[in-house]
Amino acid sequence: MRLGLAIDLDTCVGCHACAVACKEWNGESLMAGPLPDYDAYGKEATGTWLNRIRHYECGTYPENKTVNVPMSCMHCEDAACVTVCPTGASYKRPDGIVLVDADKCMGCSYCAWACPYGARELDQDEGTMRKCTLCVDRIYDERLPEADRQPACVLACPTHARAFGDYDDPDSDVSRAAKGRSLPPMLEKLGYKPVNQYLAPRQAPEIKMQPPRPKKSLADYIRDWAGAGKGS
Amino acid sequence: MRPAWSVIFFTVSSGAGLGLLAILALLRLLAARVVPDGTALPMLALGLLLTTAGLCSSTFHLANPKNAWRSASRFKTSWLSREAVFAGALYPVALLYGWTLWSGTGGALQAICGVLLAALAVVVMYSTGMIYACLKTIPRWNHGLVPVGYVALGLYSGTLAALPVIAAKSGGPVPVALALALLAAALAVKGAYFVIFGAPKAVHTMADALPLGKKEIRLLDTGHTHRTFLTDEFFFRLARRQARFLRFAVLVLAFVLPLALLTVGVSGPPALAFVALSAFTGLLAERWLFFAEAEHTVRLYHGQRAVG
Repeated sequence: MRLGLAIDLDTCVGCHACAVACKEWNGESLMAGPLPDYDAYGKEATGTWLNRIRHYECGTYPENKTVNVPMSCMHCEDAACVTVCPTGASYKRPDGIVLVDADKCMGCSYCAWACPYGARELDQDEGTMRKCTLCVDRIYDERLPEADRQPACVLACPTHARAFGDYDDPDSDVSRAAKGRSLPPMLEKLGYKPVNQYLAPRQAPEIKMQPPRPKKSLADYIRDWAGAGKGS
Repeated sequence: MRPAWSVIFFTVSSGAGLGLLAILALLRLLAARVVPDGTALPMLALGLLLTTAGLCSSTFHLANPKNAWRSASRFKTSWLSREAVFAGALYPVALLYGWTLWSGTGGALQAICGVLLAALAVVVMYSTGMIYACLKTIPRWNHGLVPVGYVALGLYSGTLAALPVIAAKSGGPVPVALALALLAAALAVKGAYFVIFGAPKAVHTMADALPLGKKEIRLLDTGHTHRTFLTDEFFFRLARRQARFLRFAVLVLAFVLPLALLTVGVSGPPALAFVALSAFTGLLAERWLFFAEAEHTVRLYHGQRAVG
């Protein structure tokens, strides 16, 4: 199994609802306790987030486009964060989810150094590493209606830019969404084989501008009005 | 990368301690008259003291040190784990070696312990270097010269730490030639590293990080209003002038000054201790630079065009 997300960069509007939903669900996480903020109401509010959205401009005018890129753990097939972890706190489950066991983590941040995507952040209250769990405490919960057994970010997305599923199943939501539209993996050279896939933003059709009107002098206007101009 | 003093002091102090232990064991095996029994024990004690001080300092880097004991549990994959295991294995060997020195049990047992001690000390230093060198996300660390540099600088600084002890205890000649040879080796490795990474490279580019096609990509907004864990950890910025000054300081304090003082033949424990302290200060600057100049790929997502 290779559970992961498919994120459509064409439909994502960069509203941060996925990050807020993530923060809300994991704020009362069954996995590792609250997801803390620091100086939340102060001048320099900051906090631990498992999903961050960055905004880019792609191409140059008039073929430019804003591309919003939400980034969380990619649940890499060959996850360097798991390889380097000295305590065994970071591990990869048979279903593909990469998790941190907070009871074993010593907070050395070495896994965050090994992650090329900045997907891991330290919980500065508990001193342990936090990361996207793919809402492992939701997706298998049989008390929830089946439609709700999805990561909080996927459920929250107002433009359905996010899908969740098993990439090994060709009929899953993610496999169908990614078919023919997925971008090459980010930082492919590193060879970590990220499971999450990003779908390419489509190029908007160019809007044809009206050609500029030819320059006319006042005399031309008068001639045109009088019916004597070349153009009339 | 943010230079963390706990880790900087750890690698410099432990490096010197481990280098001192390795040099002690090798000198006892190959040139025992330089290190008579009365000198060997204080050298062993100093080596263990420096190593232990460094290891203790490293725990200040941990956000949750109560789980530090678990760090030996992933020997098969993690260099940090390997470092912990080898460092743990070094202590009983060093204590047994100390017992052979103290009780005057020479011969095979001391020789075996000595070989083992020197090998373990070198392996621990190598593992420390590999902790950094195995990270493909940080091109300046992901290089074969990094672990070699950790071993070379450890052996060099360890030898300098040994000189005042030898001068004070045995009163005989100090192994200046050995110190100068190791100085040359360490300088060659570090010099080569500075030459290779002298100018910024483009190992990974923004186009690798965001493969959106052939178009130009430009950051509009990072999405956060204030600092984050990522900006704290990975976005340390070093002015080019500051980097040049620090490289100069490393060269002078760690290499040129010790070279000059040793070649003019300073002797006596206080002068030799000054030489060692100068080198330590230079190596602290070297380790600080090692962190401050390193660039992580996450910078590409925050608008940096290339890292390397």
